[in-house]
Amino acid sequence: MTTTVTPESPAAADHGAENYLNHEYGIKSWLLTVDHKRIGLLYLITTTMFFALGGVFAGLIRLELMTPQGDMFQADTYNKLFTMHGVAMIFFFLIPSVPAVLGNFVLPLMIGAKDVAFPRLNLLSWYCYITGGSLATFAIVAGGVDTGWTFYTPYSSTYSDGFVALALTGVFINGFSSILTGVNFLTTIHKMRAPGMTWFRLPLFIWAHYATSLMMILGTPVVAITLLLVALENLLGIGIFNPDLGGDPILMQHLFWFYSHPAVYIMIVPGFGVISEVIACFSRKAIFGYSFVAFSSLAIALLGFLVWGHHMFTTGQSVYASMVFSFITFFIAVPTAVKIFNWTATMYRGSIDLKTPMLYAIGFMGLFLIGGLTGTFLSTLAMDVHLHDTYFVVSHFHYVMVGGMVMAYLSGLHFWWPKMTGRLYDELMAKTGAVLIFLGFNLTFFPQFVLGYLGMPRRYHVYPEEFQILHVASTGGATVLGLGYIIMFGCLIYSLFRGAKAGPNPWTAKGLEWEIESPPIAHNFHETPIVTSEPYAYEEEDVLLADKASH
Amino acid sequence: MSSSASHPALRHYFDDLQQQHESATMGMWAFLAQEIMFFGGLFAGYTVYRFKYFNAFVTGSNLLPLEWGGLNTVILIASSFTVAMAVRCAQQGQHKSIFNWFIATMVLGIAFLGVKSIEYSHKYHDHLIPGLNFTWDGPMAGPMKIFFSFYFVMTGMHALHMVIGVGLMIWLMPKIRAGKFGPEYYSPIENFGLYWHFVDIVWIFLFPLLYLIGRHIQ
Repeated sequence: MTTTVTPESPAAADHGAENYLNHEYGIKSWLLTVDHKRIGLLYLITTTMFFALGGVFAGLIRLELMTPQGDMFQADTYNKLFTMHGVAMIFFFLIPSVPAVLGNFVLPLMIGAKDVAFPRLNLLSWYCYITGGSLATFAIVAGGVDTGWTFYTPYSSTYSDGFVALALTGVFINGFSSILTGVNFLTTIHKMRAPGMTWFRLPLFIWAHYATSLMMILGTPVVAITLLLVALENLLGIGIFNPDLGGDPILMQHLFWFYSHPAVYIMIVPGFGVISEVIACFSRKAIFGYSFVAFSSLAIALLGFLVWGHHMFTTGQSVYASMVFSFITFFIAVPTAVKIFNWTATMYRGSIDLKTPMLYAIGFMGLFLIGGLTGTFLSTLAMDVHLHDTYFVVSHFHYVMVGGMVMAYLSGLHFWWPKMTGRLYDELMAKTGAVLIFLGFNLTFFPQFVLGYLGMPRRYHVYPEEFQILHVASTGGATVLGLGYIIMFGCLIYSLFRGAKAGPNPWTAKGLEWEIESPPIAHNFHETPIVTSEPYAYEEEDVLLADKASH
Repeated sequence: MSSSASHPALRHYFDDLQQQHESATMGMWAFLAQEIMFFGGLFAGYTVYRFKYFNAFVTGSNLLPLEWGGLNTVILIASSFTVAMAVRCAQQGQHKSIFNWFIATMVLGIAFLGVKSIEYSHKYHDHLIPGLNFTWDGPMAGPMKIFFSFYFVMTGMHALHMVIGVGLMIWLMPKIRAGKFGPEYYSPIENFGLYWHFVDIVWIFLFPLLYLIGRHIQ
């Protein structure tokens, strides 16, 4: 993408090395910032804290499962551990991770905007996140929640103990953070594009965030009102979900999954956007089938709202409804496969450069493929009756969310890290982290497919002795996985202090965000860029370089 | 362009006032879509139980005072008119009139909330508030409680939106006084109008669903 912005413009010379990080100092300049880049970093720090918290819970779960006896925790404590693992990871890490961290940082840069459309709402969204997160954390510290992350009634109403209402309030408030981010991104993408940045010149990261914003706006309020009703049920016993009074707990599940199934696409679709950017850059090729990849995100957003019943095949839903839900669920595999095929076709005959972001992206493709295919097993009615609520589901979900989403997030984080911080990390160390995460992940979760197929149910801390070998393998894998995360984290932190200066475009990538300084100045662009060419113009690179040299 | 590019209300990240206005409008509509889904969840739940416990919902509906609900409907429709006039005056730059129409809207909004609180206090005396003092000796006690739970959650959420609306007016009024709005820049007034109309429309659905179903049966 070429622009009229020139690096040697007088404004650049005047500012010298001033950028968004050092143009003002002090805690107040961060906590009251309306700069989308700083808000992205605030989100980065806080989501990482929740990732660590959720990771500690996961570690404790895996430790308990080393042995068939429940010798480390009591059943109640174990229930709290997996609940809090799920709540921390899903609501406070996975949902905000790519949109709120990477999206906040690069979305306005990619479309040539000075900021998002509503910067103050953007800051408010972070405060909603922090308030919700603090309430949920307080609920965890004060005594925990043991309902499962789904807050199903009657676990969360008649039979609840612990601080269910408080945790629900936290998740409810956190929902506003998602909604505000969605409203902000949708408006920004519609109204803030630079001249020449037409819809079909948008990077696919933007298309993915457009689809995600739609889901955030249309889905989140439904779970908000549902959780509010559950909280009222829990506090006041209003009866809407209480069968004693004629209420229907299944209705709660319908309303919950109406959001929470799209929510898994809210988590994964922004990851798809990251992968499209990274694959194109490190294959040095334009993305294969741009419009198919773009529209497949919208197709997933649409279909995602029509499949929630596949979570309820065994919970008393009409069998005819189940058949329809099963059918539509198979359909979701189509746009998803379109993406995988197009990324593969993009790599075909490309000049593949196995830098760290590309390693994560390739890992993503393999793991997400396994996660997606096992998803079609589960959408088969007869199969699901056998596999429902077993470790097969646990493993499927983690292949999609950790093998897919977390890998995509880390890919994007390593891809844009030089842009965010102005520093390069050590490639060898980062690659070591990536490989360990890939191996550790597979060792953790592949045995769980077998466990689930053999009949090990989820959410039990005691199990028959014949399952022990697989559980020990899984725990061993989790250790490697944890080590990989620590190396990855250490590598990035180390780069802040000792990393080489990145320069504007360390990957020679295409896109407006790579044409400005690293780190960018507070207002992103010295002059509004004017876009004159197609996205991912990697093959024209030589022509462009020759062109620049002649100036 | 030159005058709009230096307008005091123009924020630095927008190129001109038109882009800023279009963004504000679009953001507001996206927010209202979110609001529709929020109330939509409640309406979906209501619909399920309305079919499941038709008789209880008819009985419950007949316990709601038609005259108070009807009065509130008239009040809200009137307030939709006054807020529309406020937006029109903003577009025409009549600062004093915007302020007066806002006062009128606020009075109507507070009148609505006053009527609502009278209704709520009657429900309290009749022991019909779930979670507080609900007692029902007749048949269908469970479904009756569910009806009143929906009544209070739906009208309560609606009333909360009204309170927020009144708060927004209080926040905007000093700015109107300072003459910040006019033909070039009136997005906050217009968006407030959209919000207020939305809250009115929710009531237009709530009123028949809660007050009017089954009046013909008993």
